Amino acid sequence: MALLLFIPITGVLLNGYDFAFNWQRPFGLAGLVFVVFFIFSVLKEKWPVGLHVTFNFTKIDTLFWVFVPIFVLALPFFLNKYWLNVAILALIYVLLGLGLNIVVGLAGLLDLGFVAFYAVGAYSYALGHLYLDLNFWAAIPFGALLAALFGMVLGFPVLRLHGDYLAIVTLGFGEIIRLVLNNWGQFTGGPNGLQTPFPTFFGLEFSRQAREGEILFHHYFNLAYSPIHRYLFIYLVLLLVVAGMVFFVGRLKKMPLGRSWEALRQDEIACRSLGINHVTVKLSAFAMGAMVGGMGGVFFAASQGFVNPASFTFFESALILAIVVLGGMGSIRGVISAALALTILPELLRDFADFRVLIFGLAMVGMMVWRPKGLLNSRRRFFSLEST
Amino acid sequence: MNVLSVTNLSMRFGGIMALNQVSFAVSQGSITALIGPNGAGKTTAFNCITGFYQATQGEIQLHLLDHTVDIRRILGQPFVWQDLVQPGRVVKKLFYRWFGGSHLVNRAGVARTFQHARLFREMTVLENLLVAQNRSVNCNPLAGLFATRSFRHAEAQAIQTAAQWLHFMGLKGEANLLAGALPYGHQRRLEIARALCTKPKLICLDEPAAGLNPIETKELCELIRRIRDMHHISVLLIEHDMSLVMEISDHVVVLDHGEVIASGTPEQIRRDPKVLEAYLGTAQVGDA
Repeated sequence: MALLLFIPITGVLLNGYDFAFNWQRPFGLAGLVFVVFFIFSVLKEKWPVGLHVTFNFTKIDTLFWVFVPIFVLALPFFLNKYWLNVAILALIYVLLGLGLNIVVGLAGLLDLGFVAFYAVGAYSYALGHLYLDLNFWAAIPFGALLAALFGMVLGFPVLRLHGDYLAIVTLGFGEIIRLVLNNWGQFTGGPNGLQTPFPTFFGLEFSRQAREGEILFHHYFNLAYSPIHRYLFIYLVLLLVVAGMVFFVGRLKKMPLGRSWEALRQDEIACRSLGINHVTVKLSAFAMGAMVGGMGGVFFAASQGFVNPASFTFFESALILAIVVLGGMGSIRGVISAALALTILPELLRDFADFRVLIFGLAMVGMMVWRPKGLLNSRRRFFSLEST
Repeated sequence: MNVLSVTNLSMRFGGIMALNQVSFAVSQGSITALIGPNGAGKTTAFNCITGFYQATQGEIQLHLLDHTVDIRRILGQPFVWQDLVQPGRVVKKLFYRWFGGSHLVNRAGVARTFQHARLFREMTVLENLLVAQNRSVNCNPLAGLFATRSFRHAEAQAIQTAAQWLHFMGLKGEANLLAGALPYGHQRRLEIARALCTKPKLICLDEPAAGLNPIETKELCELIRRIRDMHHISVLLIEHDMSLVMEISDHVVVLDHGEVIASGTPEQIRRDPKVLEAYLGTAQVGDA
């Protein structure tokens, strides 16, 4: 198997217009795979339990809830600008993962064009600033609502579609948005993109030079100017929003709406027989997911200071989907950890940048083999029935 | 008094007439059985009644205490030329075409189960029942978000109702198990419990005894009787198990090739020559 795979990939080298065959490499790699599999199966024989790790969750929970907030709040003050940017990006991906988790993980609607809502959010800030003079604070709800609206618009035509067909249509939708942004030059700035202003702290700007009669953030608080302040600020606001969304999605799962999403994923016909209107339930899933994604877009535009359509390619959609699948469908913690892993690890592994996609693929295959339900399974809620 | 009346119901799939001028009624508080050989159109009739198919012709009416629901209308009917002179009807039709569907049939008071249990397999037993009660709990997302008092109250109520039905069905010990992990007999009972959670006036059971052993079938008989007697819910069922049908039904309707060939009490049906013919075939003279 491995041999068959490796021969065309590594065994044939292009040499001008000729092929040069290289037989040692595929055999070597196949042999390596064979040895690893052999060792693995021997180990499996010895410990039939396999790689099951059990935690005492209750103890970890309390530790988790004390330690993590302190850690994430203190973290940005120890980071330089580069790593702060990485952290912001990671949080944005957490937001996007949470949004797609609603659509794919809970409602089971495979959406390959989620980047469209991300783009809508980002551009609603850029364009809103340009045409409507919106500031950052107004752009967050505006971007969220606009993305939700686009979610509904996408939702209507695909109500009757399932699985593969739905995936294709959403993929097309994602591309449509990107192409419109790319080609509608007069309105969106086309491939050149648009500048977005940095957010302000209650009207105080974070720039170095003050314009006429303006008070800046570092003047007001008597601080020395540092470009890091604005990222620090975005990070903290973003953290707040992410925390809010984690709470929101967590509550959703326990609410009638969230339950009907999950029910719809598992059996649509049964849902209809129980009086659940599958149309509104599906639309609400699309709208909610898009809303969260749109917020991510606003933050992306704000932290980059610039948006252009090249940031919203299909690869982004695939990455977000990978976050949801790796993390475990419907599991909030899983999505958070997967989002952090998939954005921070590539930065740590800069040296292996060429192999990033390969490692990605390997991780996916490995997941499907060993943990098909994701890194962290979502646990079901336990109800205690008192004597009734 | 009838809770459901079906008049001249026809259903056509392309060139096949699956149901042809079928008429029958389910009287209030009765157990009515729909029987017939395979392919007779029983399940098609069921799907028409519960709103999964839009019948080609005929009327299906659900008679509730104070009003009557036309099931074909709430599914959304096609427009016809006569609508042009009655704009009011157009608006109504438009409304039902957009927002109508089988979920409204359930809300009107008809619950159903399926031939093969269609549970939410990855949810727990109790969650299955909570989904069924979604309409009665507080659906306001803001209320749910902040867990307001009314939200918590409604949730507690729903859990209590679910617990009652689980107790009724003898599934109380399994409330927190995954529905897909239950043994088959329990899954079928859970499906009935879930349908009952929607507070129906009429429950339609599609082959409830399929795949059950004789003891379980006996328990099921008892259960169906209790649903009718204790909760005053009328029952319409499709069944192949004749012992069950003859034991519990008050009224039996026999379908064959999409037509009603007989209806009456189990005693009458048992002796009806047409029914015997449909089930056993005709003995022709000269057959060896």
